[in-house]
Amino acid sequence: MTSAASSTHTTDIQRVITPGGAEAWLVEERTVPVIAVEIAFRGGAAQDPEDRPGAVNLMATLLDEGAGDMDADAFQETLEEKAIELTFSSNRDNVAASLRTLPENLDEAFRLLGAALGRPRFDAAAVDRMRGQISAQIRRSALDPDDLAGRTFFSEAFPGHPYGWPPRGTVDSLATIGREQVAAAHRQIVARDNVVIGAVGAISADRLASLVDGLLAGLPERAGTIAVPTVRPAGQGRTEIVTLDVPQSSIIFGRAGPLRDADDFIPAYVANHILGGGSFSSRLFTEVREKRGLAYSVYSYLSPYDHAGLVLGGVATRNDRAAQSIDLIQSEIRRMAEQGPSETELESAKKFLIGSYALRFDTSTKIANQLVQLQLDHLGIDYIARRNAMVAAVTLDDVRAASKTLFGDGELLVVAVGKPTGLSGANVRPAPGSAEMHAPAEAIAAG
Amino acid sequence: MGIDTAATGGASLKPTADEGAARAAGPDVCAFTLENGLEVVVIPDRRVPVVTHMIWYKVGSADEQRGQSGVAHFLEHLMFKGTEKNPDGAFSHAVAELGGQENAFTSYDYTSYFQRVAREHLKTVMAFEADRMTGLRLTDDVVNPERDVILEERRSRVDGDPSAQLGEALAATLYLNHPYGQPIIGWEHEIEALDRHDAIAFYERFYTPNNAILVVAGDVTPEEVRAAAAETYGKIARRVDPGPRRRPTEPEPRAARRVALSDPRVTQPSVQRSYLSPSYETAQGDRAYALDLLAQILGGGTTSRLYKALVVEQAIAATAGAWYQGDALDDGRFAVYAVPRGSATLADLESAIDREIDRLAADGPGAAELERAKTRLVADTIYAQDSQATLARIYGAALATGGTIEEVRDWPARIRAVSAEAVRDAARDVLDRRRSVTGELLSAPAADAPALAAAE
Repeated sequence: MTSAASSTHTTDIQRVITPGGAEAWLVEERTVPVIAVEIAFRGGAAQDPEDRPGAVNLMATLLDEGAGDMDADAFQETLEEKAIELTFSSNRDNVAASLRTLPENLDEAFRLLGAALGRPRFDAAAVDRMRGQISAQIRRSALDPDDLAGRTFFSEAFPGHPYGWPPRGTVDSLATIGREQVAAAHRQIVARDNVVIGAVGAISADRLASLVDGLLAGLPERAGTIAVPTVRPAGQGRTEIVTLDVPQSSIIFGRAGPLRDADDFIPAYVANHILGGGSFSSRLFTEVREKRGLAYSVYSYLSPYDHAGLVLGGVATRNDRAAQSIDLIQSEIRRMAEQGPSETELESAKKFLIGSYALRFDTSTKIANQLVQLQLDHLGIDYIARRNAMVAAVTLDDVRAASKTLFGDGELLVVAVGKPTGLSGANVRPAPGSAEMHAPAEAIAAG
Repeated sequence: MGIDTAATGGASLKPTADEGAARAAGPDVCAFTLENGLEVVVIPDRRVPVVTHMIWYKVGSADEQRGQSGVAHFLEHLMFKGTEKNPDGAFSHAVAELGGQENAFTSYDYTSYFQRVAREHLKTVMAFEADRMTGLRLTDDVVNPERDVILEERRSRVDGDPSAQLGEALAATLYLNHPYGQPIIGWEHEIEALDRHDAIAFYERFYTPNNAILVVAGDVTPEEVRAAAAETYGKIARRVDPGPRRRPTEPEPRAARRVALSDPRVTQPSVQRSYLSPSYETAQGDRAYALDLLAQILGGGTTSRLYKALVVEQAIAATAGAWYQGDALDDGRFAVYAVPRGSATLADLESAIDREIDRLAADGPGAAELERAKTRLVADTIYAQDSQATLARIYGAALATGGTIEEVRDWPARIRAVSAEAVRDAARDVLDRRRSVTGELLSAPAADAPALAAAE
């Protein structure tokens, strides 16, 4: 068994408490001349005002568009001159910064990061530019089958809840978001009391502590985030068709899943892995793709947001085979709910999950991301050391019980974009309105 | 800072800015060749006890017979079906049980298979991979459903995405004679006609140790790899000599071409232009290095000429940029693109792009922007050292497209040595409209649907 995989020095995580009282997790690693820092603030697109979705995302994209005495151009040129990689992003629950630098530019990198977080300019021209860029992205993906299916799924699953709003907003909502709303989103989320930090590389605990203190010095003490209600996704048992003139139906399906702190999260994770998780051996892969050639991609995964748990899946199949694919998926889900996995399947899944855990720690950026995620999820600094033992301890009874809870009656919310035939009892609506290339299609993967 | 410095650089050097090239040399890469002709590259990365094991075949979609587009990729899928010794997907099951990840990809010039596993399992995956180098067994029962899988893959990648359809038309128009004009995945009607015999014929012609490169990156020593490779791959006899990789070459391009795709599903128009360009393999002197710098200066990120002019200053584009595809055995591509903003038309964008190209071709880059571009490109090679999987791909792709380990190692020093004049001349010679195809992606009213609402 691959026990070596879990007991590497990536588990040597130091909890760094700064003189200023902040906390950061550090893995000191001096082999490669790269320092990776990941930072996240609790509070993401779910903090958007109901009438202005997209404000938080626009704010995050503006953080590297000018700060302090540097306008966007000066800020970007300084990053380039020092080859510092600094990007900002957001999702439904968080706003995040990702930094990579060479050791000799560490001070400058933190200075730029500190300015971006603490003194962003939100210049009118930059707000305009980023609003234009995001609007173009929204138009481009408006009629992309997968994107459209995803947006429709979330709006159906979370009516009246911020998770139902598009995180990037809409072209119309963006038009109503200006400097004032962006600055408000910034004040609301970017603060000292809701930040988590992970750092990996050639940097000592003392040095990191003083850099972090400098970084956070310019931030307000308290965030102004609002409480987001925790809800169960709606719509189980419903099928929604969005008609689009394409030969293939892009289908997203899902139902309620566990939150990250659920007692049965690990057994549920194992159960899902056997159903549709990431290897070429899952039941869905075998039944839908391998045996019948119905689809190139078919999968399922647990998606634990802060305020709702989901098990989500997807399949893309020829319109006239959509019904067959969905029937197969549904019957596999019911079979898993009723019978759970076999002893052999469970053993194989545990071996995979335990053995592959180390692959999440093979680059500095990946490790730094893990450090941040563990903190966001309140999993504890010893989680990496404990995790494989927790997977190993999962029994057949545990997975059967978790499968029952997870897959229950097998009812799903299904959203299909395309012209699927044979999906009975579906609600049908026409598609609202895009697409693009740019990167060379250099290589394509098998699955 | 020359070639010698680069060759002796190690990852643990405490670098200064001037030693970029030295650091970029990265870990101590070691290479050797087995008796059966298999090239082996070992890239040590001792940080985590995992390895990335890749086998690269020097064959891709550009090596297909005319009329059989997609067979290289079809075979790649079928390679997972099993051998006499390891039938019914036994390899994939074993990789999953070992806690490994696996996949494969097909490109114009190469086909690659990889597994990422804990270090102690390296030899196991080597044995499986060596077995399927010549031991593949196929029946119609597994081949026919897999063809359907690939047709679904094509529907996902192309049919649902008008920009991908325009991309296919662009490539087919750019390459008048060379097979890079055919899509890697193949044309739908030709995929439909592929069968077991086509796949096996292709396999027997190209899959042999003397046409492959083994790349192992991770927590291993060259000695360990050498021993394990000898016991696994070393036992596979060479079965064919695939011969030199000669494809039909492009005539000197003389006519600027245009293609346009109008579709109701396009709600955001865009324009892009591809130029036939020398690759690292076909270029003379430092031309390919200059083209990489040109792409960075003209269109790499938010400080590039195109972004500054079109997006920031003139505010006529939502985004704009450029890229260069130089990792190719034959002539590659240089592309520019822009997405309009506000009331700007695609014609406005094209004129603005042309002005920036003309300016660079006339005056070359400024000293500071050339320096910034060099710093950026060289830093990428240092950041690449943080990922064994990335390093394995860099070396594998370079070797499979005619490059050498020395060229990968010396790349930062060669980039640093490029002059402003060389970048200017590359713009002048390569970004010539006669060498190009311009593609417009346009919206069209739907024939049988209500008028499109504004995009959400």
